[in-house]
Amino acid sequence: MPLSPVLTKRFGTDQPWKIDNYERLDGYAGLRKALSMQPDELISLVKDSNLRGRGGAGFPTGMKWSFIPQGDGKPHYVVVNADEGEPGTCRDLPLMMNDPHALIEGILIACYAVRAEHAFIYIRGEAVHAIRRVTQAVVEARRKGYIGRNVLGSGLDVEITVHGGAGAYICGEETALLDSLEGRRGQPRLKPPFPATNGLYDAPTVVNNVGTLASVPGIVLGGADWFKEMGPEGSPGPNMYSLSGRVANPGQYEAPMGTTLRELLEMAGGMSRGKELKFWTPGGSSTPLFTQEHLDTPLDFDAAVKAGSMNGTSAVMIFDEDDCVVRAVKKWSEFYKHESCGKCTPCREGTYWYVGIYERLEAGDASMEDVATLLDLSDNILGRSFCALGDGATSPVSSSIKYFRDEYLAHINGQGCPLAPSKSGQGTKTLAGAH
Amino acid sequence: MTNFRTSVIQLDRPGDPSVFDDAARADAAAIIARYPEGQARSALLPMLHLVQSVQSQITPDGIAFCADQLGLTKAQVAAVATFYTMYKRTPTGEYLVSVCTNTLCGVLGGDEIFAALKDELGIGNNGTTADGKITLEHAECLAACDYAPVVTVNYEFFDNQTVGSARTVVSQLRNGERPEPTRGAPLCSFKQISRQIAGFFDDENAIAADANGTGVPTEVGVKLALDRGETAPSYAVSSGSSSTPAPATDAPHPSGQTSAHDEPLTTHKSDPNGGPTAEAKGPARPAAKRSPRKAAPKAGETTEPTLFSDDESTED
Repeated sequence: MPLSPVLTKRFGTDQPWKIDNYERLDGYAGLRKALSMQPDELISLVKDSNLRGRGGAGFPTGMKWSFIPQGDGKPHYVVVNADEGEPGTCRDLPLMMNDPHALIEGILIACYAVRAEHAFIYIRGEAVHAIRRVTQAVVEARRKGYIGRNVLGSGLDVEITVHGGAGAYICGEETALLDSLEGRRGQPRLKPPFPATNGLYDAPTVVNNVGTLASVPGIVLGGADWFKEMGPEGSPGPNMYSLSGRVANPGQYEAPMGTTLRELLEMAGGMSRGKELKFWTPGGSSTPLFTQEHLDTPLDFDAAVKAGSMNGTSAVMIFDEDDCVVRAVKKWSEFYKHESCGKCTPCREGTYWYVGIYERLEAGDASMEDVATLLDLSDNILGRSFCALGDGATSPVSSSIKYFRDEYLAHINGQGCPLAPSKSGQGTKTLAGAH
Repeated sequence: MTNFRTSVIQLDRPGDPSVFDDAARADAAAIIARYPEGQARSALLPMLHLVQSVQSQITPDGIAFCADQLGLTKAQVAAVATFYTMYKRTPTGEYLVSVCTNTLCGVLGGDEIFAALKDELGIGNNGTTADGKITLEHAECLAACDYAPVVTVNYEFFDNQTVGSARTVVSQLRNGERPEPTRGAPLCSFKQISRQIAGFFDDENAIAADANGTGVPTEVGVKLALDRGETAPSYAVSSGSSSTPAPATDAPHPSGQTSAHDEPLTTHKSDPNGGPTAEAKGPARPAAKRSPRKAAPKAGETTEPTLFSDDESTED
């Protein structure tokens, strides 16, 4: 597959985050066109494009918009999930840094389509650079008449509020995000009811990811068929793949949905230190690990599931033969333990148990029974909590045992990590004692 | 290691909201005004950042202040303040140094860096140096994996760190210097950055907002597409509306009839020595990035509002 910059097409041009530069490069042309259409037409257009949510779950965006009840007399809201924090995921922040107006334009089109007058951009608190950049972009857009009352003379009234979070991965879950935006602890709500009917302030709410909304202006300009020219019919469009880890040239590679890791590695100059690929995530740490055997798996929402994982956020973290999978999963488990909001027992307690077992594995104190316990725990976490955080925590555990059971056993039989520090290269030396 | 989530804020006294002055109360009101009528509680997270911009941590005073401003109980505020990692329970140093030790950064060197900084500073996770300069913490994924391993200082990024480079950053901070982050804005204090996270951007931050903030990995794909002549399928822009203003005459895509998708944008190629690598380092716009703050317009001196200053206004 060739590269297909759409979301990233302005990256590297002269200060693309400034509104004048943005306008010169098609900026706000999509909004102007959208305002000449009927709101329902826009919803149909996005439905026809088969745009699926870029935040990880891949839910059809147009369908989500169509769930907003119209004529109900309630205020409607558009909430942008910019709480990017899934390990490995690093595309919403560069998108907001380089092209904040694409996001704002997408928000405005969404507001017009679902008849919302107030949108909120929930940006994770640590990303102060993005908060700064997007806040500035909102100010610029307001000055030019894109935000406020009677946008471009269309009669549309829209306010946009930039809201900084405070450091909680769980707030990337849409209902936890809404609770957090309401000034509460970020804990997920039971669904149904869904945000489309009972969202922010109990009013109909669309929650979309940054990349999803930034894709909308292009769809309005290019049309649904143009969008579907890229990638498979059921999961189409250009997609930012974020490559990191043991790869020569890490970074953002925008290519059609369905691009394979083999193709991405070719773009990124191959592995970074001449070692063999060992394991990788197709879409963040919550998506089950893939191995060499999945080099040719198309990375789109449907094909990745068929192959036993998920497309997630297209956060491709790459590890080589000298990286210990047990160590990698231990660290992810520590993350899930820290970020579990504590609401649901299986997730709260299960992730705590994971960490204890992985500490024993690294120390060489684990037994065969511990590996069985990891699998048993995974069975008891998966599907037994309100939200997907617990499910995500099981992904690296179950998949790593599935593909690398021998490495787990070596930690038991070999009394610790079999990957000697001298072989493991930089980054593992200090763990020699722990291993 | 302290279990951060279960450690408690000292609530052994009622708290005194009068520690916060009239300016803080005005700021609190400005935060509340960002949200719809009757939804003041939405202001709580930014308001807690505002509290940290005054006290560098969440204290009983700060909790009482937020409760007062929002008509909440102190228990309701404390429940929220103890949930989020960024709200600190002990006084934070002038600089909060965060080392990503999630898997990707950790394996690529973050674990070594964190160990080295603990050693260098003689403190543990969430510890603060005796001089109050530096608080050290390990962080979960900071969404910059393509720049791994990363360290942030008051949330500004230092990319592709090594033990050596991270030690250098920390010793500069201890010596009163402010090393330049790889991306983002020049460093400020923890209290000042907390004010920004609360959504307040004073005039010096306007300059910071213009700083580049991008880098090689961000642009690597689009640059490769240019080199290879690969593009997304093209479409004709037919915004159609007669109200569409004519694009600026120096537009790279004249007349607005042809999409930017028709061919790659030409910035890199037109400037062979100044591709994204050169830009990323920031020399292209040193004046914008480094110049001392522009003189802030005096009140009434100009109708053009200071950048950001009209953000809080929801009225035209």
